[in-house]
Amino acid sequence: MTSTALRSRAWKLLEMVTTPLLPSDYLDLVSPLRAGADLRGRIEAVHPETGDAATIVIRPGRGWRGHTAGQYVRIGVDVDGVRLWRAYSVTSPTNSQDGRVAITVKAIPDGKVSNHLVRRAKPGTLIQLDQATGDFVLPRAKPAKVLYLTAGSGITPVMGMLRDTEFDDVVMVHSAPRPQDVIFRDELHALVADQKLRLTEVHTDTDGMLDIARLYELVPDWAERETWACGPAGLLDAAEKHWAEHGVHERLHTERFRPGIVVAGEGGEVTFSGTGKTVDADGATPLLDVGEEAGVLMPSGCRMGICFGCVTPLRAGAVRDLRTGEITEAEPGVLIQTCVSAAAGPCDIER
Amino acid sequence: MTAIDPTAHLTAKQIEELGRELDAIRDEVIASRGEKDAAYIRKVISAQRKLELVSRGVLLFSFFPPAWIIGTAGLSVAKIMDNMEIGHNILHGQWDWMRDPKIHSTTWEWDHVSPADQWKHSHNELHHTYTNVIGKDNDLGYGIMRVDEDQRWHPFHLGQPLWNFINACFFEYGIAAYDLELGKNLRKRRRNNPEFRARARAVGRKIRKQVLKDYVIHPLLSGPSFLTTLAATFTANLVRNIWSHSVIMCGHFPEGVQVFERRSIKGETRGQWYLRQMMGSANISGSKAMHFMSGNLSHQIEHHLFPDLPSNRYAEVAVKVRALFEKYELEYVTGPLPKQVFSAWRKVVRLSLPNKKPKVKTPDREQELLAA
Ligand code: FES
Repeated sequence: MTSTALRSRAWKLLEMVTTPLLPSDYLDLVSPLRAGADLRGRIEAVHPETGDAATIVIRPGRGWRGHTAGQYVRIGVDVDGVRLWRAYSVTSPTNSQDGRVAITVKAIPDGKVSNHLVRRAKPGTLIQLDQATGDFVLPRAKPAKVLYLTAGSGITPVMGMLRDTEFDDVVMVHSAPRPQDVIFRDELHALVADQKLRLTEVHTDTDGMLDIARLYELVPDWAERETWACGPAGLLDAAEKHWAEHGVHERLHTERFRPGIVVAGEGGEVTFSGTGKTVDADGATPLLDVGEEAGVLMPSGCRMGICFGCVTPLRAGAVRDLRTGEITEAEPGVLIQTCVSAAAGPCDIER
Repeated sequence: MTAIDPTAHLTAKQIEELGRELDAIRDEVIASRGEKDAAYIRKVISAQRKLELVSRGVLLFSFFPPAWIIGTAGLSVAKIMDNMEIGHNILHGQWDWMRDPKIHSTTWEWDHVSPADQWKHSHNELHHTYTNVIGKDNDLGYGIMRVDEDQRWHPFHLGQPLWNFINACFFEYGIAAYDLELGKNLRKRRRNNPEFRARARAVGRKIRKQVLKDYVIHPLLSGPSFLTTLAATFTANLVRNIWSHSVIMCGHFPEGVQVFERRSIKGETRGQWYLRQMMGSANISGSKAMHFMSGNLSHQIEHHLFPDLPSNRYAEVAVKVRALFEKYELEYVTGPLPKQVFSAWRKVVRLSLPNKKPKVKTPDREQELLAA
């Protein structure tokens, strides 16, 4: 018998020993970062960067496959006991010797996860991890000239690139409200001092928003540069338009952090993506009824919120709990009780 | 149905007000659920797993009597924790709000022969919706006993103290059969109904796995301690079964608990539903350890009012609920475990004999509501 066959036999036996749990449920108690476990990470350090940004150093589990500069990673963090998932750019270089990865997080107003990470996260905490992904990365072939156009926390994926790959001719135009809000400012200035980077800081509190037309003056050869841009939607929209108008859109690579913003309202169009049905719903009718009326086979039980026999994944949009008024937004893994939830805007129910 | 309706003094308006006050208690807990609660359930789960591991480890040497005693005691407690504070409550969705897929009503499986999804249907859905409604809530006597004067007596009931005792010893099998509605399905010749067969097969698989684990694999692993480990696991299962049966009997059987007629729940309002839960459940008083080992089902009244609130919060909720009982002059049925168990057993014995049908006086709330 081969060793893999032996191992799988042994594993089967172990499963019989631990049924109805799995051996991994016990192993997780002692070794949550081992190879073969669900991917997790342990926070090892939290370094403040600015007043509202911090770098979180994470020791990933053995299953971590590494990242490419510019990519992001989704992490699941328990905030007030609730597991929430968010994506953050990896800011550590790809060749870090100690096997740790870092993300840099800027606390956004009312941001549950970002504020938690920046202000409350403690070394030693376990978090959930996904493998790094994203195609906002550098090409294999080195471009001769590079422009990084960033604003606010849009600097984070670019910092990963800057720390990872040296180019002969790099310009960065970075916007932040005030000098002290520039994340990684010391490091950027050190690069400038070493003549590895030319940097223009735009301080929007005093200079106003960056007008994309000013690029001519800040970076006269912008059109010849391979450009990576990351920041708020306004900046990226303007850049995309500008690059397209000048017929050089293939040189521009952009990264948008929050593609869909959920607007919670009263009622909306409900899609049952399993069956492909779409109907209008008001803000007071339980989604269970909405689905049944549309002829969708909905699981149900008590119809009053106590049996949890109707829980169904919410794939997109937002719903309102009819008992408490609480809004739940779609996130991977979010399940809702359809008998006590109504549409709070357009939403997509996996049925 | 007792001859005298203990809620007769309440007006429809008062009942709705009571409902609103209970809703407010619920909202308060929901708004304050957080990190501490999450840490609590994680700690309990981890403690349970460690206790089970250690106990099973000790039982490898169970030919040595002290090891047998310690291992059996530990395993009994671990099994009780798995079923009561952890399994029952997670399967109620009490911890779904944490969004941890590993501690979730849709993924949890327990050390019990009834598969989680079947139990969720018969317990969460049928029992919790139709609490104590004769003919709708099969938890009333589990279909094998007569627990109210108004249920028709049959000579079969003469044996019910014995059935109840056997049920207590093999409670998890009783529950599995009950979740399958075995009696009804066999009687009605649904043996070949594909849906029933699929469910029966699922139970069969679960039983096979559990039996293999407890009575074959672990004893075999113990080598020379084969027989003593077998005896230990059997004992632990017996202890767990009798314990959970006793706790559960205390929830709805003791004297003072009301049962309801089918027609009394027609058009039931939220307030009336709450009131039925209040009158249809009974608590067990006792120490923190007692509450914990009962999976907080000692707070049965609170659990029935708010089955999806995290179990660790029932104790604080109980204080407020009890105040409402007093305010509305209702009887909060509670007592120490021995007293409640005795009371439930006495009822089982008493109702094994026929009785004169009492005069029934049911409240006519519909009328009252229409008038309001
Ligand atoms: S149907 Fe029972 S909770 Fe929704």
